[in-house]
Amino acid sequence: MFERIIAIIIKEFIELKRDKSARFRLIVPTVLQMLLFGYAATYEVYHVSTAILDLDHTQESRELLSHFTASNRFDVIEMAHSQGDIAAAIDDSDAVVALVIHAGFAELLRKGQSAPLQVIVDGTNSNTALIALGYINTIAADFAKGYATDLAQRISGAAGARRVQVVVEQRPWFNPDLNGRWFFVPGLIGTLTLVIVVNLTAFAIVREREVGTLEQIMVSPIRPVEFILGKTVPYFVIGLFQVALIVAVGTLWFQVPFAGNPLMLVLGSVLFLFSTLALGLLISTLCSTQQQAFSLNFFILNPFFILSGFSFPISSMPQVLQWLTYVNPLRYYLVVIRGTFLKGVGLSVLWPELAAMAVIAAILLATSVLRFRKSLE
Amino acid sequence: MKWHRLKAIAVKEVLQIWRDPRSLMIALLLPFTQMFLLGYGVNLDLKHLPVCTFDREGSQLSQALFKHFQASQYFTIARNVTSYAELTAAIDDATCGFAIVVPPDFSERLNDTGSALVQAILDASDDNTANLALGYATAVVTGYSANVQLHWLDRQGRPLQQIEPMVVQSRVWFNEDLESRNFIIPGLVAVIMALVGAQLTSLTIAREWERGTMELLVSTPVKPVELMFGKLAPYLVLGWLDAAFCLAIAALWFAVPFRGTLFTLFFTTTLFLMVVLSIGYLLSVLIRSQVGASQVALVVTMLPTVLLSGYVFPIDQMPTVVQDITYLLYSRYYVTILKAVFLKGSGIPELMTPILFLVVYAAAVMVLAARSFRKRLD
Repeated sequence: MFERIIAIIIKEFIELKRDKSARFRLIVPTVLQMLLFGYAATYEVYHVSTAILDLDHTQESRELLSHFTASNRFDVIEMAHSQGDIAAAIDDSDAVVALVIHAGFAELLRKGQSAPLQVIVDGTNSNTALIALGYINTIAADFAKGYATDLAQRISGAAGARRVQVVVEQRPWFNPDLNGRWFFVPGLIGTLTLVIVVNLTAFAIVREREVGTLEQIMVSPIRPVEFILGKTVPYFVIGLFQVALIVAVGTLWFQVPFAGNPLMLVLGSVLFLFSTLALGLLISTLCSTQQQAFSLNFFILNPFFILSGFSFPISSMPQVLQWLTYVNPLRYYLVVIRGTFLKGVGLSVLWPELAAMAVIAAILLATSVLRFRKSLE
Repeated sequence: MKWHRLKAIAVKEVLQIWRDPRSLMIALLLPFTQMFLLGYGVNLDLKHLPVCTFDREGSQLSQALFKHFQASQYFTIARNVTSYAELTAAIDDATCGFAIVVPPDFSERLNDTGSALVQAILDASDDNTANLALGYATAVVTGYSANVQLHWLDRQGRPLQQIEPMVVQSRVWFNEDLESRNFIIPGLVAVIMALVGAQLTSLTIAREWERGTMELLVSTPVKPVELMFGKLAPYLVLGWLDAAFCLAIAALWFAVPFRGTLFTLFFTTTLFLMVVLSIGYLLSVLIRSQVGASQVALVVTMLPTVLLSGYVFPIDQMPTVVQDITYLLYSRYYVTILKAVFLKGSGIPELMTPILFLVVYAAAVMVLAARSFRKRLD
């Protein structure tokens, strides 16, 4: 049995060696994509283009606005002169946020009454809008607090009206600066690996079928299990190399901290590779032409990607969709990889994810062996 | 360019598509199911985040604070823990994304000094969720604070008047309820269409080479331009069908507000399809082996479309170099157009820039594809 598996493995490696452009395709796009996407994937909000309309022209209004210009969250791109300018700036997407201070703002403040700061937000990207609104509220609250203390000091005696206040003290664990890259770079490792490995293996068998070499293999004494296993091993080696490459770029270039045990990452990656390889092979046995394999893997990858928790939190999905995510190996790998990178958790926490990936890999491999046997007849 | 030759190629291609019903089903059914299924998945709104409470005081005031959290739609109290070790474990294994700790001297400090702290411990490995949760938690605690203040004024017999030195009055335009689905679903249509389009045509020439039918084609008097348009035409019809499915699901099933005109939608979609289809065609001309074509198509379309088109990750937040690179990505323009047509109701004049980019893109790719196709067998 072993010599037959080894024969298949050698055959696969020879095929790969003869494909000169494959080596280029396996390395350069991987590194380039990791670099590019590492910079692109983030929900952080900085430098929001902001238009300002100050109809009050007082010391107070200028001070409030200086709080915004000083923050790197907002970039003032326009000092508007009328409400019309503001509406146009938002309509044309020149500005995402507009701040309007109406005449009489300082007067209300000095009288100790509530003075409004009007904010208009382009809500098209609701996530950016929500986070920007959060920063606006923080800046406004800072200003208000400073002004209130000032006022209380100047009018001594008015301090009788004590303010009762509960303050939230934030402790963001694992990622104290809320750095988006720390979240997405480990996620990209899983996503890129999935795309690359499934794409490689999806053609492994269907190509032989289309080129006609599958018939030769059928007449040889190789059994389906041996054939599938022999196909898996070379791609597993390539996949492992790809993971190492991606992890190296992620940690060395993007400086994402690695808090956990490297062995845990290796174990998780091996199981994930097996399940993605098995997925690719299954696609390959299901299809009779390369075109079918191609469209099928395209269409399988997109849902795997969206339903993994890579960019959309699983907890925000409807219940039925959450159940669906349980068959997705990427879902588990993302938990493992983020857990080891950022949280530094080990086997005691991550064993359910590892077990799930092992089960998925076993089921998919068994199915492709069965499918393959059937398609021989 | 002769019409009858173009027509002959188109008819041949239609027959080929028709005789491979499995591929046809994939081309028609998959966009439909994907749109339907994934439309539910693309959601960034935070709702019912599982929260852990650690009440180190156990007073009426601390319990009232937790009730405020429970009442908020953004949080669900999942567990009450009694030690830091238990809290750490809950955050480690992700049963809770967020923990509120009330210190043992909470009421005392609130009564004595008027100011007290509560600790918010967040699993910030997902920074965006953490950021949103922190914003909502601050709002909940501020509401609670105001409540305590009113009670205090009441007991002192003072007028129940809450004076904030300044208030922020915010108004949100275009996506008034700040629902993430409303901006992501139009983007999802663009992504699905980019994927469908690329895979529809990228194998059409490569298949002729691998099957050996290219020799037949070369021996006919057909010209490269005729071959290209003849091969693209049937796929454009398929593309229209797919786009109509996806857009209808977005507007009718997921109720994304549609404020533009159908004409703008039809015009821009056709333009986008021409770009996508001709790119697939160009790839299949350039790369003879099908595996090569598919791998390149995958590299060019799949992940860049998802990550760089602005469909989830805002382009204006990327570094300048990456922003420049996104201009090369045709899906970026269609994502911009669809969002604007759906939410802002923009027409063709407002969308002139992305439309021009698409026109130039389509023209360039078609010229390139027609030129790089040589009727030779070597």
